[in-house]
Amino acid sequence: MTKAINLSVNGVAREDEVEPRMLLVHYLRDVLELTGTHVGCETSLCGACTVSLDGQAVKSCTMFAVQADGASITTVEGLATNGELHPVQEGFWERHGLQCGYCTPGMIMTAAQLLDRNANPTREEICHGLEGNLCRCTGYQHIIEAVEYAAKKATDSH
Amino acid sequence: MPENYVGQRVRRTEDPRLIKGLAHYVDDISLPGTLHVAFVRSVYAHAKITNIDTSAALATPGVVAVYTGQDVAKVGPVPCAGALPGLKVPDHRVLAGEKVYFVGHPIAAVVATDRYAARDAVDLVVVDYDDLPVVTDVEAAAAGGTVIHESFGDNIAYKMTAGEGDIEAAFASADRTVKQRVLHRRLAPIAMEPRGVLARYFPGEEELTLWSSTQIPHLMRTQVALMIGMPENKLRVITPEVGGGFGSKLNVYAEEALLGWISMQLNKPVKWIETRRENIQSTIHGRGQVGDIEVAFKNDGTLLGLRYNVFADLGAYHQLLTPAIPTLTGLMLSGAYRIPAIQINITGCFTNKMATDAYRGAGRPEATYIVERALDLVAADLGVDPAEVRRKNFPGKDEFPFHTATGLDYDSGDYEAALDKAQQIAGYAQLREDQKKARAEGRLIGIGISTYVEICALGPSQAMPAGGWESATVRIEPTGKVTVLTGASPHGQGQETSFAQIVADELGVSINDVTVIHGDTGIVQYGIGTFGSRATAVGGTAVYIAVQKLKEKAEKIATHMLQAGSSKVSFEGGKYSVEKAAAAGAAGSSDPVYPVGEGPAGALPEPQTEGRSSLTIAEIALAAHLAKELPPDTEPGLSATYFFEPKNFTFPFGTHIAVVEVDRETGDIKWLRYVAVDDCGKVINPMLVDGQVHGGIVQSIGQAMYEEVVYDEQGQLISGTLMDYAVPRAKHIPTFELDRTETPSPVNPLGVKGVGEAGTIGATPAVVGAIVDALAPFGVKHLDMPIKPETVWKIISHG
Repeated sequence: MTKAINLSVNGVAREDEVEPRMLLVHYLRDVLELTGTHVGCETSLCGACTVSLDGQAVKSCTMFAVQADGASITTVEGLATNGELHPVQEGFWERHGLQCGYCTPGMIMTAAQLLDRNANPTREEICHGLEGNLCRCTGYQHIIEAVEYAAKKATDSH
Repeated sequence: MPENYVGQRVRRTEDPRLIKGLAHYVDDISLPGTLHVAFVRSVYAHAKITNIDTSAALATPGVVAVYTGQDVAKVGPVPCAGALPGLKVPDHRVLAGEKVYFVGHPIAAVVATDRYAARDAVDLVVVDYDDLPVVTDVEAAAAGGTVIHESFGDNIAYKMTAGEGDIEAAFASADRTVKQRVLHRRLAPIAMEPRGVLARYFPGEEELTLWSSTQIPHLMRTQVALMIGMPENKLRVITPEVGGGFGSKLNVYAEEALLGWISMQLNKPVKWIETRRENIQSTIHGRGQVGDIEVAFKNDGTLLGLRYNVFADLGAYHQLLTPAIPTLTGLMLSGAYRIPAIQINITGCFTNKMATDAYRGAGRPEATYIVERALDLVAADLGVDPAEVRRKNFPGKDEFPFHTATGLDYDSGDYEAALDKAQQIAGYAQLREDQKKARAEGRLIGIGISTYVEICALGPSQAMPAGGWESATVRIEPTGKVTVLTGASPHGQGQETSFAQIVADELGVSINDVTVIHGDTGIVQYGIGTFGSRATAVGGTAVYIAVQKLKEKAEKIATHMLQAGSSKVSFEGGKYSVEKAAAAGAAGSSDPVYPVGEGPAGALPEPQTEGRSSLTIAEIALAAHLAKELPPDTEPGLSATYFFEPKNFTFPFGTHIAVVEVDRETGDIKWLRYVAVDDCGKVINPMLVDGQVHGGIVQSIGQAMYEEVVYDEQGQLISGTLMDYAVPRAKHIPTFELDRTETPSPVNPLGVKGVGEAGTIGATPAVVGAIVDALAPFGVKHLDMPIKPETVWKIISHG
């Protein structure tokens, strides 16, 4: 009772037979072995599972793999280009935006979308944009600074 | 390469793998043929199990086995290390026996070929219950009625009184006293990575490997080996990346032993990954105290005595340190103050809930909260500024080591300096002026202050259940790379970086040449682990002393190789040198650098020492490895191991000042300022220290304003998901203004004190104090946490 899906993940075309009830996050992690996307709550409240789906940050724990049929997905593993870190990744490193690192991939994917939409967000806009992502270690201040760093870096390089 | 790494904001070496999504947490490790485990857990808080029918589950495709309490009777009980006189310790089996004692109590383990099949089959296990009366209120539990563990006769696990000084005389001679009842709600630690275990038994070798998300790999190995009855040296525990712990993984859980045991039954790898719902049900909770504070003082604000009568809500069973946590509260009841007489009376009680245990701060946040609330009440009673009551009762900076009436000797401190600095940064006098004006305009601004002390670097072995030392090995490999093996088990704190900073400085090498390995009992010498803000102060010190030992040996070899005879060799910038009239060979003393894959074929290059006046530590390491040119009676290799036993705890301190404004219409609490001046002794990496302080404060803010594990009167867990259990989000935080004072600890040669729990310990009373202060015009002197807008709004609306 499986269903065929065709999609692109990190620029690679994928064709797989999946159970209709398989969650997208389990497809990414268990089938494609892209384990950077994490599961933190299974109720779409923590955001650790956030990926980019056709340019939208979505929580892959509350979406079926079959719903991603035809989509183009970027996970944290696909964010760097040609080995060069995405400005948000660089910001997290430079500004100590992570401690245990578990929320980090989701946080980074959300922050990347936030900057796609708003290249120069205010602190309040950053906090609002990260509302769907929980971090228990950093207290958020360094995450906010990491996003500010990335915004500045992206603006400076244009 | 900076002059020194220690003291610098060095970027973390851990981060590249984490920001690229390439790190490995337990669930990221896949072994061929792995079976998945899911648990049937009790839906009742207290019930007799009359029947368990596993037949439908077993008949489901993909299901391999279902185990119940009867099947695992030979697995030993979940351990409790908190040995207190007269402590009642229930027999805590890994799966429930005849009764269940809390919602989430594991009843059966279902093993299937994939996680979906395992979860499906959980719903097919039919458990028949006869429900029993439920005990949820801790004071009611102590008073009598239903007894949870019948053989004990009552619900009191232990009673304990501690403290020094004549408490009765203190109260009898006091000009004034204040009294306040205080609640510390249960909190859920909510590490972002839930718990998880992967177990693989090798039947031929009779060896078991457990990958577990834990803070204590070695202690867990010992305990799990005892539980499942296997030789400890046949069990290997690996903590891969661990996604936060906060004390919740400072434990040995039923699931850890069970997974190992199941893997041995089936000769297959088995994996269990906790769901968030399970995490809130059956991973330990923190806090959970109800008590009365009484303070005796003079009219001039001098403190005379403090008494705390407390009921500790232990839950249904003891986990590893459950009964010990309230005793830590007792230890820290002197706070940053001279209090001649202190008494704590603890009644630890069983309730039909998950066990409480160590959650960031572990008993000490309760103490700080009590003492700081007490100081605020004293200030309010006397009508003086809360900062001044604090200042009046500080011991002077020359009075250290300072003995407290809780039996401790604080190592070092300058409490007034931290208070002064925080007040200066906050502009305290002006803040009070602004507050007056704002009040006159009808605005509700509050200023809260906390001048905390915490007890860290746990601890001397005399005071610890299973050793308080920490271990380190520092080794220089034949290629000159430096390997550090630490018994600490970092899971976000960044010690792969900070320990490398220490070692790189001491050896004069690049930090990129140092690798810190932890969390693998198959590789690392026995260690105690990471908790109690101990990793740097105890584990870092072990690393530091191990390097010194290694250097002693290197110097001996250098003296021999440089033919220095009786002249002293010096060590600087990673090189041992000897003064020679003609230092002709100096030009040849640089490290050989080989691009990857282009090293010399065949054997390792031998160091060319002829005529040299200096040798790098890498060259000495190679010579030590080749062992052809060593001084007589010298062991080959360049490696040193040290087990550091601290002589005392360390006592970090600081001042936090919180400023809030309360919205009269909605009761909403808005942040205006947050100033924190912390003193954690010498700082290895200021960036990491800031991160620890931020994170700690936000967990405090969570406790003060949002978080609460709620059980209803039937023992049902109402706050069972992250929808109901409110963890702070980015929009809930103030912009932190941090600074430090630096009072080195005399307890260890690094002078470090520890900082992992400072924020969680120091901040809560400042936040609560600020909200209470904002509501002072309504006569409010105290509010219990979490202080929600609803509570505030009711006070404003109804007085």
